[in-house]
Amino acid sequence: MAPSMGAAGAARRPDRRRKYGILLRRMAANKYLYLMLLPVVVYFLLFEYKPMYGALIAFKNFNPYQGVWESPWVGFKHFLHFFESHYFVRLLRNTLLLSVYSLIVIFPASIAFALLLNELRLKRLKSVVQTLSYLPHFISLIVIAGMIVDFTQPDGIINRVLLAVGFISEPISFLILPEWFRTIYIGSGLWQSVGWNSIIFLAALAGINPSLYEAAVIDGANRWKQLVHVTLPGIVPTILILLILNIGSLMNVGWDKIILLYNAATYETADVISTFVYRRGIINADYSFSAAVGLFNSAINFALLLLANRISRKTTENSLW
Amino acid sequence: MYKYASWGGRLFDGANVFFLTVCSFLFLYPVWFVVVSSLSDAHAIAAGEVSLWPVGINLEAYRFVFADSMIWDAYLNTFFYVGVGTAINLVMTTLGAYPLSRSQLYGRGAVMAFIVFTMFFSGGLIPSYLNVRELGLFDTRWALLLPGAISAFNLIVMRTFFQSIPEGLVESAKIDGANDFRVLWSIVLPLSKPVLAVMTLFYAVGHWNSWFSAMIFLQDRALFPLQLILREILIQSSAQNLASGIAQDELSKVSEAIKYATIVVATVPILVIYPFLQKYFVNGVMIGALKE
Repeated sequence: MAPSMGAAGAARRPDRRRKYGILLRRMAANKYLYLMLLPVVVYFLLFEYKPMYGALIAFKNFNPYQGVWESPWVGFKHFLHFFESHYFVRLLRNTLLLSVYSLIVIFPASIAFALLLNELRLKRLKSVVQTLSYLPHFISLIVIAGMIVDFTQPDGIINRVLLAVGFISEPISFLILPEWFRTIYIGSGLWQSVGWNSIIFLAALAGINPSLYEAAVIDGANRWKQLVHVTLPGIVPTILILLILNIGSLMNVGWDKIILLYNAATYETADVISTFVYRRGIINADYSFSAAVGLFNSAINFALLLLANRISRKTTENSLW
Repeated sequence: MYKYASWGGRLFDGANVFFLTVCSFLFLYPVWFVVVSSLSDAHAIAAGEVSLWPVGINLEAYRFVFADSMIWDAYLNTFFYVGVGTAINLVMTTLGAYPLSRSQLYGRGAVMAFIVFTMFFSGGLIPSYLNVRELGLFDTRWALLLPGAISAFNLIVMRTFFQSIPEGLVESAKIDGANDFRVLWSIVLPLSKPVLAVMTLFYAVGHWNSWFSAMIFLQDRALFPLQLILREILIQSSAQNLASGIAQDELSKVSEAIKYATIVVATVPILVIYPFLQKYFVNGVMIGALKE
């Protein structure tokens, strides 16, 4: 840098050219790195960005023979059609309720589970509990749904237990009653993911400097006070980042589990935007309309993520970017 | 860590041990119940006699499952999707992660942004579905292998690991005349076994459990993965029973045992290996989430 400082105006152009020269030479020296990156960029263009372009069909009357660009524009017709339909309120309500309930049940439960596990001083038991808590994460969704279907049948194990303890007097057909869907969805979600979600909090807990605890003990802090003044502040950044991510995917409920578990009888509480998009788009081939509904979903999600990130950055200095 | 053992502290410890033991039981029990039922007599299951141990050991259900050629074909297909799919995943993710881990790569911030953006925004199900059809992948095995060839999250995990490899190692290999492919293959990858293990596991489990793309992209039953066949056995048949309200007859009693046996056959490979691989998984989640 130093030599170019004196030769300000006149030397600017050759200087810039030299910079480009250096840049080109640097890129040439790394040509193999760019070569490696090529298939990766092609992949993302072809399978991620091309569908984003394809989402234009939400503003068109898509005709597969004309393709995305040639199909006629219709503006916001499909969006308006969706907002005016009687599905809109139901789908939005179900989508938000299922994910907000999951968030307020599963997220704190994962933190609590990690905290309790962290307090466990029997190392052997701790590793057994951990291993078992990850178990449900490795079972396929199909099998989990199959187990749910089986366990919730009128003569299934859940009804038998409830009858045995006198909680109910008649078997309940859980899966065909709309009022039970959310409970089943969130209850099974709790079982599936508490253990796995707790990994990251356990990692954050392990990263807390032990001398902080020693200092707290010297100051006479009991275990509750250690939790409040050392442990919790230590994992707050992790909690916030995960909270932002969760809020940013609020509209992406675990719809694949819903597809496996819902039926016409439970649409009232179970049908969410994504499952609706699947039915209308892929089963009924109503492409433009369902692409519009899907785009609405993605856009809200993205906006929520930006919002959560911004709020967190302003208030706590923790953010994704 | 805690030297402060008060009476309340001990009470808490006791309650905690008890609570977590109960939790462990709850995590395990549904799976245990399935295994026990698969080994039990179909009538005992229907009568609700099975709870903790198999009743009237009966392997008939397994004999049925193993004799079923549809299940075997689907099993083989799944092995194909797991094997080939994971190989594609690993190659592609490495090709992305390595260059992006090199600080001298001009424009890597832009490429990272290009990749990370896809984690937060996508065209949605329908445009992606039409894209696969347009590319001519519909009803071919490629439809399950190419979309999703790279997970942006896994790429970040891998890149983070590569960044931790000392720059000097790479530089000295370069001075000795190795090009970047050579450096990657002979220096970086051998040092990256832990992260390669994590990636292999993440991707392989993903392929093993995946069903949705198979459901929407495949029509030829000869290409179906195991999960799709399981769906027919486990969910569609029972959903039909539920919807029409037919009382369980003798046939469906036997089919209960068959369902459990199918679950076991389809789940055992993963359940057997996961405790051994747990530490890698855990590391993967941590690298991916704490850094970058």
